[in-house]
Amino acid sequence: MIDENVVDLSRLQFAITAMYHFLFVPLTLGLSFLMAIMESVYVMTNKQIYRDMTMFWGKLFAINFALGVTTGLTMEFQFGTNWAYYSHYVGDIFGAPLAIEGMMAFFLESTMIGLFFFGWDRLSKRKHLMVTWLVAFGSNMSALWILIANGWMQNPVGAEFNYETMRMELTSFAEVIFNPVAQVKFVHTVAAGYVTGSIFVLGISAYYMLQKRDLAFATRSFAVASGFGLASILSVILLGDESGYTAGEVQKVKLAAIEAEWETEEAPAAFTAFGFPNQETQHTDYAIKIPYVMGIIATRSLHEEVLGIKDLIKIGEQHIREGMIAYGLFKQLRKELKEEGKVREETKAEFEKYKKYLGYGLLLKKYTVNVVDATEEQIKKAALDTIPPVAPLFWAFRIMVASGFLILLVLLLSFYFTATRTIVNQRWLLWGALFAIPLPWIACEMGWVVAEVGRQPWTIGGILPTHLSVSTRTAGELYFSIAGFIVFYTVLLVVEMYLMFKYARLGPSSLHTGRYHFEKETVK
Amino acid sequence: MIFDYETLKLITWLLVGVLLIGFALMDGFDMGIGALLPFLGKTDEERRVIINSIGATWEGNQVWFVTAAGAIFAAWPIVYAVSFSGFYLALLLTLFALFFRPVGFDYRSKLKDPRWRSTWDWGLFVGGFVPALIFGIAFGNLLQGVPFHFDDELRAFYTGSFLALLNPFALLAGVVSLSMLVMHGAVYLQIRTTDVIHERCKKAVKLFGVIFIVSFAIAGVWIAYGIDGFKVISMPALDALPNPLAKTVEIAPGAWMSNYETYSWSMLLPALAFVGAIIAIFWSMFNAPVLAFIASSMSIVGVIMTVGMAMFPFVMPSSTNPSHSLIVWDSASSYLTLTIIFWASVIFIPIIIFYTSWVYSVLRGKITVEHIRDNEHTSY
Repeated sequence: MIDENVVDLSRLQFAITAMYHFLFVPLTLGLSFLMAIMESVYVMTNKQIYRDMTMFWGKLFAINFALGVTTGLTMEFQFGTNWAYYSHYVGDIFGAPLAIEGMMAFFLESTMIGLFFFGWDRLSKRKHLMVTWLVAFGSNMSALWILIANGWMQNPVGAEFNYETMRMELTSFAEVIFNPVAQVKFVHTVAAGYVTGSIFVLGISAYYMLQKRDLAFATRSFAVASGFGLASILSVILLGDESGYTAGEVQKVKLAAIEAEWETEEAPAAFTAFGFPNQETQHTDYAIKIPYVMGIIATRSLHEEVLGIKDLIKIGEQHIREGMIAYGLFKQLRKELKEEGKVREETKAEFEKYKKYLGYGLLLKKYTVNVVDATEEQIKKAALDTIPPVAPLFWAFRIMVASGFLILLVLLLSFYFTATRTIVNQRWLLWGALFAIPLPWIACEMGWVVAEVGRQPWTIGGILPTHLSVSTRTAGELYFSIAGFIVFYTVLLVVEMYLMFKYARLGPSSLHTGRYHFEKETVK
Repeated sequence: MIFDYETLKLITWLLVGVLLIGFALMDGFDMGIGALLPFLGKTDEERRVIINSIGATWEGNQVWFVTAAGAIFAAWPIVYAVSFSGFYLALLLTLFALFFRPVGFDYRSKLKDPRWRSTWDWGLFVGGFVPALIFGIAFGNLLQGVPFHFDDELRAFYTGSFLALLNPFALLAGVVSLSMLVMHGAVYLQIRTTDVIHERCKKAVKLFGVIFIVSFAIAGVWIAYGIDGFKVISMPALDALPNPLAKTVEIAPGAWMSNYETYSWSMLLPALAFVGAIIAIFWSMFNAPVLAFIASSMSIVGVIMTVGMAMFPFVMPSSTNPSHSLIVWDSASSYLTLTIIFWASVIFIPIIIFYTSWVYSVLRGKITVEHIRDNEHTSY
């Protein structure tokens, strides 16, 4: 049997390192684009201040990028180090987008980033602008391939189980690329990155305005950020991730859990705005419901039902029973292959009928190694397992949405007062923008909690349980690695925040051009 | 598709080789220079010269490593799974060491405090030294076989310990890779610097070039006479669906030499490693570091191909259950996935080489102490 501790610790480690990595990714995605926009304005208008803007925000970009790269390495190692069975079982599909990400995107971004910083005096204006756009393009392409890989974990299309090689194998790469879940996720995630970059620039620019320094620099940065940010937050909200939740069975379970919808309601279902979901009693206490809203969000229609959790558990149980048959046939096939060198056609035909549910059979491995001998009680337990933890999803989703709408408000007002050219006088809004800086990070992290906790109990939805995906390592080794990550990541975060605050406070004076606030006061 | 499955499996092996060579050639000199940093740079400014000789380009070089790992994941999922989980602690140490590089380069010169700067200098040292050593140790262990086996559902069990990885032959292999990359790094640094650092580089090339040549020679003799190789006794057809449990393998003395006996031209590979290093030392001494760089690159190509040739078709032999060893023919992904990886590589690797060359040509030239002083606030 697989050590439960190792499973929990592996998940904890992945959660820590992934969430930590994603502190840096959205800012890279957004800021690279903002820098490219600012530099484009510079090249078009020839105004030096836009070059300074590109360079200064580039300095902050670099501080952030360094940690993005550092923590990204961990992610690539970790599938192999801690999720070896996963890597073997789905590497045939999951590995390809990662390899292509490296060749097509990360190479471009990383090669051009050096030229972005050190090529100012060595390249013509236009060539340098091209380099900046290539950095932005590279980072966004990276996101595309990573989210194609992640989208496949959520909704595994274009692949089939092969009992001879004992793994999932690719049947259609086009289906994997054009997976609706992946496409929606990509747009939602990069747009969230653009929002993060925008709020970052907006908040720091607001700080300069509050300090009444470098106003020309601050208002222009603020203007670019508010325009780009507003467009981005609108696409984040309108093209919300949940529109992908209708694709694939596991996504439906996630949706029901987010909404804590225990019973299937008549269409259009109500949206539970607030409440305390209780998984034990399968009931949401103190629920406040808004009629119709959820049905419309989830199905984009007034007539389609959204299945409730209790019904989904029943469906899950049915799948598990079919999965047991599938597992039995699979064992039979392996045996025939081993003993007779080939399989019997009847066994194969029978397996084809049930193999879709093999993954549900594997859920029972948590309780019994042989699967086929599972007791009624074990089947019931496994059926309950098909539902992810409801309360964390319910709350994470609401925190994400609330942050999103707060950001929308800040950006709408910022854009309005920028357009009326009175932003410098709106001190309350400038304070608001400054304190809004953490919001996109909260929203992004909560978004990933929804996406990945909501995928449980699977690593690959309906195909491979999380429980089976781990490497055969010991809990002691996991404690060592988790401790290592915590120590390194804490120290690095402190250092990063220190430098970020230092340079953000210093502002464009850190460029040493002699044109900005702190250089005018002191003789240099 | 123009290739059958069997050919594609072989091409995949070559492709992984190309990516590993790309990694060793490109990121190799960054690691070598990292390992040399505290010794070749005595003052803060000298250290900044060294750091800035690779600062603008190391990031792209590291992607060879990321891509090689990604390609192994995609093309040989089971190799990726078994090696990364098997070498758990060793890989985590490598990872932690690699952490120092992105932050070290970028953060080091952002504050003036000498303790801050010296801390990051040693961080960059660790980020170069440790991975260069551990990659060699890993190959040293691959050559001896690694203790793992599978159950019927292909779950891998690794039964070795971390300390067992640090056996004498593996440590020697670590010395080979470390000295090879440090030599390569010193040659590159010689191209990019002048005066006192330039001179120190020449000494480093000589010292580590000799260490490399000697350790590589000892390792060669050790492989030929001291270490048992692996030999496939029977296996399914080469184009069969990959199943690592279907063959039989035995451990045999001198088996790693059998490819060299069959294909005698392949003895040119280790010869290339030696000759390249000797020529690199020679050109470095005579102030022709660009030629020396080409020679040390050839030497690295020779080393990696020597190991590949010795082990072929083995990728990851198992010492505890030899028949469960992973070989080129039974570790590969499906035909479709290999096809995709093939086309992605054919399209993108030339493009990568093209724009990387462009970036290097834009950023070419010597880095001097004056250069650092003139660019006090924009240099690393």
